[in-house]
Amino acid sequence: MGGLIRALGARLLQAALVAMAVGIACFLMVRLLPGDMAYRVAAGRYGMDHVNTAAAEAVRAELGLDRPWWQLLSAWLGDLARFDLGVSLVSGDRVVEELSVYLGHTLLLSVVALLLSALVGPPLGVLLAMRPGSAADRTGMAVGAVLRAVPAFVIGLVLMMVFAVQLGWLPAAGVGGWREVVLPATTLAIGLAAVSSRVARDAMVAVAHSPYLAFARTKGLPEGAVIRRHALRNAAVPVTAYLGVQLVTLVEGVVIVETLFAWPGIGHALVHAVVARDVPMVQGTALAMGLIFVALNAAVDLTCLAIDPRRRPPS
Amino acid sequence: MRRVGMRGTRVIGLALLGAVLGFGLVVPLLTGDPMRQDLSATLLPPGAPGHLLGTDHLGRSMLARLAHATRLSLGLAAATALCAAVPGLLLGLLAAWRRGWVERVLVGLADGVMALPGLLLVLIFAAFAPGDFLPLYLGLSLAFWVEYFRLTRSVAGSVFARPQAEAARLLGLGPWHLLRHHLLPELGPMLLTLLGFSAAAAVTALSALAFVGIGLRPPTPEWGSMMTELLPYYEEAPWHVLMPGLLLAASVLGLQLAAGGRGT
Repeated sequence: MGGLIRALGARLLQAALVAMAVGIACFLMVRLLPGDMAYRVAAGRYGMDHVNTAAAEAVRAELGLDRPWWQLLSAWLGDLARFDLGVSLVSGDRVVEELSVYLGHTLLLSVVALLLSALVGPPLGVLLAMRPGSAADRTGMAVGAVLRAVPAFVIGLVLMMVFAVQLGWLPAAGVGGWREVVLPATTLAIGLAAVSSRVARDAMVAVAHSPYLAFARTKGLPEGAVIRRHALRNAAVPVTAYLGVQLVTLVEGVVIVETLFAWPGIGHALVHAVVARDVPMVQGTALAMGLIFVALNAAVDLTCLAIDPRRRPPS
Repeated sequence: MRRVGMRGTRVIGLALLGAVLGFGLVVPLLTGDPMRQDLSATLLPPGAPGHLLGTDHLGRSMLARLAHATRLSLGLAAATALCAAVPGLLLGLLAAWRRGWVERVLVGLADGVMALPGLLLVLIFAAFAPGDFLPLYLGLSLAFWVEYFRLTRSVAGSVFARPQAEAARLLGLGPWHLLRHHLLPELGPMLLTLLGFSAAAAVTALSALAFVGIGLRPPTPEWGSMMTELLPYYEEAPWHVLMPGLLLAASVLGLQLAAGGRGT
């Protein structure tokens, strides 16, 4: 119980840090960049040729750029505490309402991608670890190393070209039934599985040489029980822990892959908000992505605690 | 057996990296202007006379554009990695040396940056700087310095706490001696590995951002933006779309394998 509370407390702190980091990064950019931010934002939004004083003053009033920085920062944090993220400068809708539409799509995509990678990556790694140094192991490792080097948008593009354009099996973009999820989720899952299979393989190889596995065999446990109860469970600890590191890849991949496949999620919205200089939307979407990252990390922490009793403090 | 294998992948990585670097450094000197259009010769296939890798949808030489893109991406990646490494290293040393509140403040700052995936930070930066790529790579450095800081702080902290370091200090040998003879042999190889990995991450991030239309934009020859530009012509020229992606993957693979370490 104590371990649970400590793990969740650390993640709550991280969530607060995310809010501060998003807020502070936005304010620093507004303050530190040379030139008048109101003109910059107006130029981005209306085009370089359509900027005039009136447009810039309108932007200044909208964003409250005429106020001192500490007022802006405290206002952002105060609004945040009331779940008020402002109004999108492009659509005029409330940012919170727009986010609630996108959030479901992003969560669906991330969860399907994580499940797919969990179904493929670790089992493949365990299989490769059965005969370390064999031809299959070496081939698998080499393929994994190459796949880890190919960025998500290139993988996605190749999948799109082959399965959507050439073969016509799956739709290339959009959202709807399960068919639309397949390509973006597979793109993300390939990148994730390329890493998790390697971690699982190395963990299994390490476990195979461990004294506790030899002991489990010596005491006469059947091979199935040795693998299931001792080898797999011990190998699952680094794989799960490493999932926390991979979540960075997942969140960054979601931004790019959603844009590539026109998947209407938060990452897609973030890229569009950046292009349109929609400051409240940028803040809101970045914050939402950051909080998803923290929530997934908290889930990883809890899974680690469930798998590995050594992490729990003695009760 | 395992050692030989490690060395083998490292050699492959260095060869790949050397090939990509050579392509980016030498070929731009030999080929023509990557911006010169020839609308009478668009989308030529690779191997066409006068255009070794064909031409794009505006009749620009693919070879020249790819070579310039390679030079730009690798240059930016090296700059980003160095801009992250220098402050990260210095702040890490400062934290390990001074300890106390200095260390606590710096660790807090690093945790704040780490709380957010780096790409989000870069996107926030990009939102406020229309068309500039300087803030982009500043943003990347800002996201990457933390890794160098954490590595330096943890290694330097443990090295400085050793009895050998204490003995050197008691002998009156200055901080330079400690840094050169105690810290550098241990930290150096790890820093090189980290440099390789962060350069690879920077290459990927810059092209991924250019691909979604943030940062470097057409007509600048850049891998990501070239792929975006050529995507509509996929049916006629699938290889043209994939060539920048292949180069990108080769650079990342080369950097990662050459850097070695765990996870490659």
